[in-house]
This record gives sequence, structure tokens and C-alpha cells, in this order.
Amino acid sequence: MSAQATDIVTDAPRTARRRKRQNFEAYLFLLPWFGGMILLTAGPLLASLYLSFTDFDMLRAPNWVGLTNFVDMFTFDPRYRKALQVTFVYVLLGVPLNLMVALGIAVLLNQKVRGLGLFRGVYYLPSLLGGSVAVAVMWRQIFGGEGVVNQGLSLFGIDAPNWISTPQYALYTLVLLHIWQFGSAMIIFLAGLQQVPNELYEAAEIDGAGRWQKFRNVTLPMITPVIFFNLVLGVINSFQAFTSAYIVSGGSGGPADSTLFYTLYLYQEGFTSFRMGYASAMGWVLLLIIGAFTALNFWASRRWVYYGDDR
Amino acid sequence: MSSIAISAPPRRKPAISLPRIVTYAVLIGGAAIMIYPLLWMLMSSIKSDQEIFSNPAALPNDIDLSNYFTGWFATNPSFTQYYINSFMICLGAVIGNVLACSLTAYAFARLEFPFKRTLFTIMLLTLMLPSHVLLIPQYVMFARLGWVNTYLPLIVPKFLATDAFFIFLMVQFIRRIPRELDEAATIDGCSSFRIFTSIIFPLLQPALITTIIFTFIWTYNDFFSQLIYLTSPESLTVPVGLRTLVDSSGGAYGQLLAMSALSLIPTFVVFLIFQRRLVEGIATSGLKG
Repeated sequence: MSAQATDIVTDAPRTARRRKRQNFEAYLFLLPWFGGMILLTAGPLLASLYLSFTDFDMLRAPNWVGLTNFVDMFTFDPRYRKALQVTFVYVLLGVPLNLMVALGIAVLLNQKVRGLGLFRGVYYLPSLLGGSVAVAVMWRQIFGGEGVVNQGLSLFGIDAPNWISTPQYALYTLVLLHIWQFGSAMIIFLAGLQQVPNELYEAAEIDGAGRWQKFRNVTLPMITPVIFFNLVLGVINSFQAFTSAYIVSGGSGGPADSTLFYTLYLYQEGFTSFRMGYASAMGWVLLLIIGAFTALNFWASRRWVYYGDDR
Repeated sequence: MSSIAISAPPRRKPAISLPRIVTYAVLIGGAAIMIYPLLWMLMSSIKSDQEIFSNPAALPNDIDLSNYFTGWFATNPSFTQYYINSFMICLGAVIGNVLACSLTAYAFARLEFPFKRTLFTIMLLTLMLPSHVLLIPQYVMFARLGWVNTYLPLIVPKFLATDAFFIFLMVQFIRRIPRELDEAATIDGCSSFRIFTSIIFPLLQPALITTIIFTFIWTYNDFFSQLIYLTSPESLTVPVGLRTLVDSSGGAYGQLLAMSALSLIPTFVVFLIFQRRLVEGIATSGLKG
């Protein structure tokens, strides 16, 4: 009894000392991350919140203007409203179409096709290259007035407009560019499809299910978590799209602001007009929009995402 | 059960069924559509400017590499400087991410410290943070430090473990390394730092390679931050240099497409060499390719 007691007494400080040492070492390992967290994330996050209530052009000190920036955004600024509209069309059209094509091709590739590696590579490559300036330059040429698309259409006697410089169509060429990059979503789908147990398909076959019924009642429910994952990622990334609109419109967001992505307008306000307070406010609203969409996605997922029987 | 097996005739799929043909037709047709724009760019880059318009879709009449030469030297400084800048920034970013993310990941995966779960959650939350909300203060800070038009604003953040994706990737990986290895080393009197350098870091190699590949591709293709921080002609990288060429080339599409095609080669080479790793990286962690 007494021996045990002394053991505890002598042991306690030693473990405490060891724990303290480990804590210290852990914080040493985390030093770079803490530095980045404070200097490059938390600090700027708070600073941009402050700046969003000011007028700021980097030359003079920030001037407090209260809610003016936010009020301007939603009441006076027609370009802001246009940017929101363009971005919503891009996200709400581009993300679902991108995922549908990705899923369709993934299902086809999952049927034990020959040359799987080659097909997968060809379909994946555009999504690896797609975010680059070079591909945006290429897109601009392809859909231009005398681009290869129109040359092709003229063979059928169709006199098509310049897709890039016509306000009704310009945004849709960017949506198409987004769809063209479905490869990474496809690979995630393919990994998900390979996880669906074969027994389920066999059971469905015994019940007399056809191809479509197997897809509708086995494949689709089983991969809802993967669809959800791709959807959340796709929405977050698409709201921040920038390069394609910048290059295709030459930095203007034109024609007639029809490709004025949210981030492109933010860039113009912050770095061409030097309205940095306004740009900070736009950044915060973007954060709230993305947060709201992500929350909505998670909320809605309870109704359609299937995580197996145990949950 | 056995009666079914006996009564049912052995099922053999016909070698060529209609759905099978449709599957291949769609896959081949789709692949052609996917790859055609890239081939078109490559073909156009070896045509003269007149031929790009007179003969846009077909193979070139003859191979003319002059676009590559004129395009390379069309800007001042030439693309030599842009490629040097791009590769230097990529190199710095890769080293930064490998060191800082592995240190951070080791602490989160193996060490105990107060507020570990909270800090880990915060780290994951930064994944969803759009960089635009941090943009203005970061720019002001880097500008005050005199870092605009240097490599620093594009490299230093990587040494401060700001790419949470890779931390997460490495944490997942370290958790699968058996703890017995660390424990044996602790009994032998190794410090955490020793355990990190001689056990965890070497075993982390597959995750490090994934990190290197994706850091390279993302940094090389990054346009937004390079557009903001690099404005003087000598500091430009390949993407921002291409933009300059767009503005200055006027109707000279041949050289523009030649330089664009050329700029895709580094990513394409990485893709050819590491295709399996890229695919695994995306499939297992959802990294955006």
C-alpha cells in the first residue's frame, strides 16, 4: 500500500515532465504551421473583415465607412449584381453537367472495357491541363469568329456568330470548358464504383433487373456519398474560377460583362481600381456564399446520401 | 441453391453484344472530342497564320517550326526568363510544402498536445477558405515588405504549411504507419525529432511524391497569384508571360498557340511519368487534379 503510494508520488512528476516535454516538442513541430496560421490566415482574415468596412487604396490609411461597401454592393452596383448572376449561372450549370458527364463516362469505364488505362488517361488529361492559361488561350481560338468550331459549322451551311464576343454565348463557352475538365471527378467516381459490392448486382440480376434498373437502384444509391463529395468540392472550386474568364475576355469580363466572374470583378476592383476595401468586402461575401452553399449541401445530403445500413 | 445451379444453363456472354458496341462507340467518340482541342492546338502551332484560318481543322501542309522560334523571342525578356522564373518558384514551393507539411502532419498524427483536436479542425476548415478573402491583407503585407516582383510571396507561404490538403494527406498516411516503430525508437532513447527524421520521413515517401507532383502542377499552372504579385517584365512566369503574349501578338496566332502548346509540356510529362500516382492521389484523397 505504502509502496504503491510512493510509486504514484514519484511517478506523477516524471510523467508530467515527460508530457510537458512532448507538448513542447509538438509545438516546435507545429511552429511553421502556427506562423502561417497567424500571419497568413487568421491575421489576414480579420484584417480583411476590418478593411471591408473601410475605404482603402493602399496610399492612405483605411477610412471607416461602416456598412457602405455592403450596401453599395447590393443596391447601387450593377456590375456586382451582374458578376453574381454570371457566377451563379456558371456554378449551377457547370457543376451538375460536369458531374453528369463524369459519372456517365465512369460507369462506361467500369464495365471491364479493354484499354481502360488509355481511356482513363485521355479523359483525365484535360482536367490536369484545363486550369492553365494555355488551354484558355486555345479555347478562345477554337470558339472565335473564324475558329475551328465555326469552320466546322460552315461545312453544314451554318453561319455561326463569334461565340467569344457575343454576350449571349460567351459564358456558355466557359461552361463548356468547365465540363471538358470532368476528368478528376470521373476518377473519384470510378474509385467509388469499384467499391460497390458485386453481390448487389448479382442479387438484382436474380430479381430480373435490367441495366437501367441496376444503375438506378443499385449503383446510384451506393455511390451517393461520392456524388456528394464531388458536388461539395465542385461548388467550392467553381465559385472561385478565374483564369478561363480572365484569358478569354482579355481581363475585362466582357463582352458586356457577360463573363464577369465574381473573382474577376474582385480582382478588377482590388487591383485595377484599387478599391481594396470594396474588394475585401466582396471577399467576405464570397466566403459567406460558399459557406452557405456548403452548409446547404450538407443539410440536403441527409435526404439523399446513403451511407449504408449502419448509420 | 444447388437445384438452381443445375437447372440454369451456363451463362455465356456473346463476344459482341449491342450494348458493348455502344459503350465502345461512346468511349472512343468521347475520347476523340476530349483530345481534339489539344491536337488542334498542336497542329495549328506548326502552321503559318494564313493556314490556321484557311485550313483550320486538317493536318498541316508542311511542318513549320518557326512559330516556336518567333514566339519564344516575341516578348522582352524572352520565354527563357519566364521558364526560369516558373521553375524556380515551383522548386521553392515543392521544398516548402514537403518540409513544412510533413513536420505539421507528424505532430498532428503522432504527438499529444493541448487543443490538438481543435487545431486539427481549424486546419481542415482552412481547406474551404477561399483565398480571395485573405487576398488584400496578404498583398498589402507582402507589398510593405517589398516582396512584390520577387519569388517570395509565392514561396514563403509554402514554408509556413498553408497547403492544408497536403497536411491532411500526410496525416492520413502517417496514421497507417505502425506505432510500434515509434515506440521501439522511444525505448531506445530517440527524441521525437529523431523519430521524425529517421523513421517517419523516409516511410512517408509515397505521400511526399504525391505532394511534390501536385505542388509542381498547381504552382506551375497557378495564374491568379502570379498575376497579382509579378508585374515587372523580368519577374513574369510562363502563365503571366503567355498573357503578355496574348496582348502583344495581335493577329500572330501561330506563335501564341506554339507558346501555349509548349507551356503544357511540363505538366504533360509529369502526367506521362506519374499517371498512376496522380490517379491514386485523386481517388484516395479527392485532390482536385
